[in-house]
This record gives sequence, structure tokens and C-alpha cells, in this order.
Amino acid sequence: MNTIIHIIRKEFIQIFRNKTMLPIIFLLPIVQLLVLVFAATFEMKNINMVVVDQDLSSESRQLIGKFKGSPFFQIQLNTFSQKEAEEFLKADKADLILNIPSGFERNLLKENSANVQLLINAINGTTAGLTNGYASSVIADYNRDVIIENINLNPPSSQSNVNIEYSFWYNPEMNYKIYMLPGILGILITLIGMFLTALNLVREKEMGTIEQINVSPIKKYQFIVGKLFPFLCIALFELAFGLTIGKVIFNIPMLGSLPLLFLFASVYLLVALGIGLFVSTLSSTQQQVMFVTFFIMIVFIMMSGIFTPTESMPVWAQRANVMNPAAYFMRVIRMILLKGSGFMDIWKSFASLLIYAIIILGLATWKYRKIA
Amino acid sequence: MTASKEIIISVKNLVKKFGHFVANDDLNFEVYKGEIFGFLGANGAGKTTAIKILCGLLAPTSGDIKVAGFNVYSQTNKIKRNIGYMSQKFSLYEDLTIAENFRFYGGIYGLNKKQIQSKTKLLLERLNLADQENKIISAIPLGWKQKLAFSVAIIHDPKIVFLDEPTGGVDPITRRQFWELIYETAHQGTTVFVTTHYMDEAEYCDRVSIMVDGKISALDSPQNLKMKYQAKSMDEVFIKLARN
Amino acid sequence: MKLFRSFVKKEFYHIFRDVRTLLILFGLPIALILIFGYVVTSEIKNAKIAILDHSKDEITTEITNKILSSGYFILDENLSTEKQIEEIFKKGEVREVIIFEPGFSANLSKTGQANVQIITDASDANTANLLLNYTRAIIQDYTLSLNKGPNLNIKIIAQTRMLYNEELKGVYMFVPGTMALILLLVSAMMTSISIAREKEMGTMEVMLVSPLKPLQIILGKVTPYFVLSFINAITILILGYFVFGMPIKGSLILLLGESMLFILMALSLGILISTVSPNQQVAMFISMMALMLPTILLSGFIFPIENMPIPLQIISHIMPARWFIVILKNVMLKGTGLLFVWKESLILIGMTLIFITLSVKKFKVRLE
Repeated sequence: MNTIIHIIRKEFIQIFRNKTMLPIIFLLPIVQLLVLVFAATFEMKNINMVVVDQDLSSESRQLIGKFKGSPFFQIQLNTFSQKEAEEFLKADKADLILNIPSGFERNLLKENSANVQLLINAINGTTAGLTNGYASSVIADYNRDVIIENINLNPPSSQSNVNIEYSFWYNPEMNYKIYMLPGILGILITLIGMFLTALNLVREKEMGTIEQINVSPIKKYQFIVGKLFPFLCIALFELAFGLTIGKVIFNIPMLGSLPLLFLFASVYLLVALGIGLFVSTLSSTQQQVMFVTFFIMIVFIMMSGIFTPTESMPVWAQRANVMNPAAYFMRVIRMILLKGSGFMDIWKSFASLLIYAIIILGLATWKYRKIA
Repeated sequence: MTASKEIIISVKNLVKKFGHFVANDDLNFEVYKGEIFGFLGANGAGKTTAIKILCGLLAPTSGDIKVAGFNVYSQTNKIKRNIGYMSQKFSLYEDLTIAENFRFYGGIYGLNKKQIQSKTKLLLERLNLADQENKIISAIPLGWKQKLAFSVAIIHDPKIVFLDEPTGGVDPITRRQFWELIYETAHQGTTVFVTTHYMDEAEYCDRVSIMVDGKISALDSPQNLKMKYQAKSMDEVFIKLARN
Repeated sequence: MKLFRSFVKKEFYHIFRDVRTLLILFGLPIALILIFGYVVTSEIKNAKIAILDHSKDEITTEITNKILSSGYFILDENLSTEKQIEEIFKKGEVREVIIFEPGFSANLSKTGQANVQIITDASDANTANLLLNYTRAIIQDYTLSLNKGPNLNIKIIAQTRMLYNEELKGVYMFVPGTMALILLLVSAMMTSISIAREKEMGTMEVMLVSPLKPLQIILGKVTPYFVLSFINAITILILGYFVFGMPIKGSLILLLGESMLFILMALSLGILISTVSPNQQVAMFISMMALMLPTILLSGFIFPIENMPIPLQIISHIMPARWFIVILKNVMLKGTGLLFVWKESLILIGMTLIFITLSVKKFKVRLE
């Protein structure tokens, strides 16, 4: 036990004496958190649109008026020329063209049916889908207005109407930040924890100081624990720091138990850092470790559900996610913070990660050879 | 130099192969308790490989090897508790102070706080560095690092201390001072096993073995070797051996 | 010149001997493209929902069936009480709960009105919105089918045409984005680590006293990564084109030329980073934290820049990846020529010059 304490103490001294790395470890992630949470949003503001109104009727003007009144759309150009509108789109000055053909009002009143055209710049498929959704609901709104107007003029004999009431739980303001902050915070602590741990071990190999360790009676598990613990602490500290910022600056909800979150985070970090250590035991240079760890991390993060939902992934990928600790963490941190989930809701994930941690740390200890 | 006849390192038929390359080719020798045993040879002769095997850093391909009474295959941890080691890179941590290095290494060898403090004081006083204990290693001269690395290697009073090319890169005066440290330590009963390619240092040892191409070509005291090969210095002995 | 060539050869040997790193260098872009192409998508599929049906009559069952057969939703559980709603959300699997009031059909025929409630877990606001819209659309469609009177069946039909990307393929966003990310990482990060390594190992001084001029040393170090990055760029383009159908409407030469420009920019950035890093770890962390995350998030790769707050939009102007992605999209998807993207190209050239100038200055200071 004493041996482990000695190793931990040495590591902490070395970490805090490294003046160049200190701001990188402590300041940079926080700056990133502050800046990037603001960036990660699918909220649509200011969809720039062009209106080509070839009908110029009162109905077409009313439809256009609906778009004007919507907070999401900005009409940048009104024109007759389809060509001008398309040039505008091509130059990225607008994302959407609303094309109202001539005869719109006549068709609507006589045939009860009229067409309009939406031309959307679909290079970004996601936003194009959203733009289409928003535009369609403005048109649907207008459609409803027309129907209601008609009902008032000609009351019908029978009518069925299903009222849909909807509510958004846990995030009534549809704030993307509260979803993204835990995600980005998760990336940051994984990055810091995994890399610092992995590089630390392999640097002792590169520098040669590991020989003095190997020639001493230190047991393998003592060494691994000593190399793990300081960075686990740092990562947890960052988590706390990040959550504080989340609360103070972004006012993220913290419905669940924070001790539970930190307990889960600790187990998660044991896996992440353990993977870093394992990679280290297999490599001889810092460069190798950096790249392998980086590769693993990117794949884990992309598949973890941080930006896109995991249910939408193909089945084989969802099964592969059993091996992806980040997937567990992303899910659970959001569950605990935003919904107040408790231990009974997450015990399966917790147990899985615990087993994973034991396996990976066991592997790292086994693979680390004091005798070549 | 009071060497007893008690065998503290026993090496029989040591072979170490790296793939097809034979680094140590059937080595046989014994080291007595309390002696200064020099392990000489040119670079690449196999010295570092042999010393690493004795320290439990490298596994031998075959052979019967006992260090401090423990065998090198199954009792490496017991061996490690009883030996000290100073590597070619003087493995002190460059970003820690002298005192912090002593505290760390003392601690992992099982010394308690009091023991560490008293040993540190003793060792630093011997080197006249007692007032420098808070200096960071990267800021001190190479000669000091060398002597400090040696002190750290013996902080736990091991039975044997292994020194792998400990005097590389320093001036002759510093080398001479270092060897005085080695004498003092041997005088107190510690066996010293030292590898070097400086042939003049061979004169300081009780017995020397000379390795050429993975084999031991000579093993005896420096005087006997000089007589046998009719040489005036160990340098000459070595050249004569290497030529054959 | 001969000296230079042997120096470059040595650098190539270093890289090719490290098989593991090499595998990653080539495997990373392939893995990323495959993940973006086959694995992650922001579309909705298989979203788990729960239904609390107080009526369990013909109409509610029909609506439920329509919803479940749409392909977007999977039924996770049928609830029986209101209390279970919060519990099931907390379990984390269900994203939406649909509640039908008691006596649904009866109310509909007697009063012409019936109520349904949709509760979504909006912690993921984006998905919640999409789910709500889909659910609403299905229910509204069904409602319209119940009404047959002419006065009520007035419909404005919006025909949507998706320009440049008919099928809304995600490919069109991620191939340019992945190119920018990989080229930046390989060129900038690897270069900075490689030079910082020489500093850390002390071999930099050995090189400086050799007959090689400092400029030759830098060029020598940088050349292998230029070649590697170029191979990576081509790999990504080939994968994008053949596997995912990403078009290359514009000039291939222009495309490759712009890619080389971006690689040069990234290499010069890598050199700059190495001048401020005393060892590999620092170089790596700077490249990673200061480059990777902001590039992914601020370059318009995943999240559209127009939706970001103004200060961030301004910051995104200094992200080189942003300009490169614009160039790629324009050339590949719209088929435009140099005249269209001259502004962005100039910006990249400017950035490269700035990085080189700064590096040279810092390098000189060190030597003095």
C-alpha cells in the first residue's frame, strides 16, 4: 500500500511541476467547453429564403405573409425570375426558394387543391430535412387557416377532429446546449484521461526510467494502480469543473444524484484509462501510443451517440457498441443529469462497465512485463 | 578488500539468444560476497545483456543462475529486494529534486519515513551535497547525477549492487571519486558487480572477467591476468585477448 | 541535393518501419468514412415509444398501427398508468409516450373531437422535434382521411425538390468534412509531433550542426507527410466516389490542387506548433485539443455555421477547415471552377504564408 502511495505522490509532483502542460490540462478543456457548447446546435435560425411569386394574388400574399411572420425565416429576395432565384441559391445567399406558380389562388378556390414548390439546398442533408420540415409546417398552418375560413363560410354537416396536445419533458425550451454539454464534457475528460495515462507510461519506457522500476520489488499491480490513480483524479476534477460551468453559465439541470454520476464516471474512466494503459503496454514509442489511442477514441466517440442517436445505427453497430465504453457514458450522464435517473435505472450499464474495467485492467497488468 | 569465499552470484551455462543472434554463449562464473567484480568487454560483447539477466530484467534462454541465493527464473522478486541497480542512463527522474528521488526509491524498497530521512542525510553528507537536496536533477552537473544515482541504488543496503557502465561521459577525476565510493561500499560488505569498457578501471577490481563475442575469454584478478598475458596494463591484456 | 535526398529517405524509413502508426494513418480515414457512411445518421429509425391507451378501441388501435408501421417507431411497452410515464423515461430507452384519452372513438362520433397527448423526451431536442413532427403528421393524415366533406378537404400540396443532393445523402457533408479533418490531423499533428520528437530526444541539435540547412531539415521532415496526406486525400475521394456515390462534378485537377494547398497549410501549421512545443506530448495535446475539436465543431462539418451565435461565426472564420470545406463542396457538388472559389483559396494561401512566417521567426529566435 505504501508503495502505491509513493508512486502516486511522485506522479502528482511531476504533473504539477510540468508548467507547459498545466494550462493544457486544466485551462484548455474548459475554454473548449465554453466555446463549443454554443456551436453544437441544430436549432434553425434565419433560414434565408427567396420568394418567386408568379401569382400575385391575395392568397399568395397571405401565404408569403405566414413566412414573414415566422421567426425562422428571413426573406432575402422577392423576384419574378426563377433563374435569378436559382443563382441566389447557388451563391449560398439563400437556402430555400418558395415558388408560387400563377393560378395558385384560382386552383385553391375552384379545385380545392393548389401546388407550390420548395427548392432546398440539400448539400447538408440534415439541415435540408429540417428546413423542409419547418417550411412544410408553415404551409400546413396556412392550409389550416384556409380550411377554418372555409368552415366559417360553409359550416359542414359532420366533422371529425383529433386534437393533438404535445409537451416536451425535461427540456421544454428545446435547449440544445443542455444535451451537448454533457456530451462534450464527456469527450474532454476521456481525451485528457486516456491520453495522459497512456503517454505517461510509454514515456517512462522511452526515457529509460522504467528500468529502475522493473528492477525494484514493485509489484505489477502496484505500478498500474499508481499510474492510473492520479489521472483518474484529474479527469474527475475536470468533470466537476465542467459541471460547475454547466450549472453556472448554461444552467443545465441536475435532476439526478451527483454522487451517483461521479461513481459511474469513475468506473467509466477506469475503462477508458485502462484501455490507454493497455495500449501503452503494447507500444514502445509515444508516437505509436498517440495514434492508436487517438484512433480508438475517435471511433468510440463517433459511435457513442453524442451527436446522433444510437438507435438509428444499424443493428451490427449497436451490438458492437457493447465494447464501447463511451456509449454507456454518454447515455448515462444525460440520463442522470437531464432526467434524474437513479441507480436502478442504470445498474445494468454500471455492472457492464465494472466488468469491462476489471478485464481491461487485468489485461494491462498481465501484458506489462517487468522481465523482458 | 576483504572478500570471503561465500558465493553470492552463481552462473552456470548461461545462454541468451535473440532470435539467431547469441548474445551470451555458455557463460560460467561465480562472484564472492564482498568483492568488487569487474565485467569487462568491448561494446556489443554481451555485458549489458548478462547484467540484465542477473538483475531480473531479462529472461535467460537457458542456464542455472542464482543471485543472492535465489534463482532467476522463479524468485525474481526476492532477488530484486536484495539488489541495487544503476543503469547506463542514471535513472533518476529529471523533473524531481534530489530529496524527492531519494524518498521515492527509498519508499518503493520498503523503507519507512525515518529510515529514508536518516539514509538520505547520511548519503548526501558523504557526497558533500547535504545542502543541495532541493535541487532539481535536470539542473545539476553530470558528475553529481552519477554519484546520486549510485547512492539511490544502495539506499536500501542491498547485498549486491549492479552498476552498468556507471562512469560514462565524465572526467577522470570524477571517475576516480566515483570509484572511491565503490570502495567504501564494498568495504562495508556490499558486493559490487560493475560492467565497464574502460580498461583502466579493471585495475580497481578484485577480479575481472573479459567478454569477447559473447564468451568469457578470461577470468582472474588483474595481477594474475597481467602476468599470464605478459602485459603492463589491462588495456594490453584486452588487446591481446581480442586479437586471438 | 544528394544530402537532402538521403535525409528525406531516412524520414520515410522512420515512418514505414512503424507499422502500427502507418496502419492507423491509412486506416483512420477509411474507418471514419465508413462510420459516417454506414453507421451514424441523424435520421430517425427504430425510435422506441410507449403507448398509454385508455380506450383501446378500434380507432386508437388503427392509429397505433399506422404509427408503428411507419418504420420510424418501435413499440417498447404498453403502459397502464400515468405514473409509469416518468419511470419509463428514466429508464432511458423510450423517447416518446403517446396517450389516448378514455372513450376516444365514442367522443369522436358524439362531439366530433377527441384528444391525444404526445410527450417527448426532449433532452435530445433535435430528435424530439423530428419524432413529434412525424407522429403529428401520421395522426393528422389519419384525421384528414376521416373527413370526407368537400369543404374540409382543401389541400395545399408542397412539392419539395432537394437541390444538389436529391436523396439527402449524408455523404455530401461528411466526405468534405472528413477530408478536412484527416488532412489537418495527419499533416499538422504528425509533423508537429515528428519535429517535437527530435527536440525531445536531443537529436535536433545533431541535425542543426550537420551540413543540412535548417530549411532543408524542415522540408525533409515535411515531405513524407505531404506524400502520406496526399495518398489519404485520394483514398477518401475514391471511397466517397465509388462506395458512396459522391459526385465530382468539377475539375479533378482543381480538386487535387486545392487539396495540396490545404495540405501545405496544415504542414505549416504543424511546423508552427512544433516551435512552441518542448516535447511530443505538448505538440500532441495542442494539435488535438486546439485543432481537432474546434475543427469538428466549428467548420460547418456537422453543425451548420449559420445557426451558431455570432461570436462563434466570427471565430469560425479563422478555422482553415471551414474554407476548405466550402471549396470542396462547391467544386465537387456544384461543379464550379476556380473563379467561384478564388476568395477561399486566397484565404488558405494567406494562412499558409502567415504560419510559415511565424515559424521562421520563432525558429530564428531559438537559434539565437
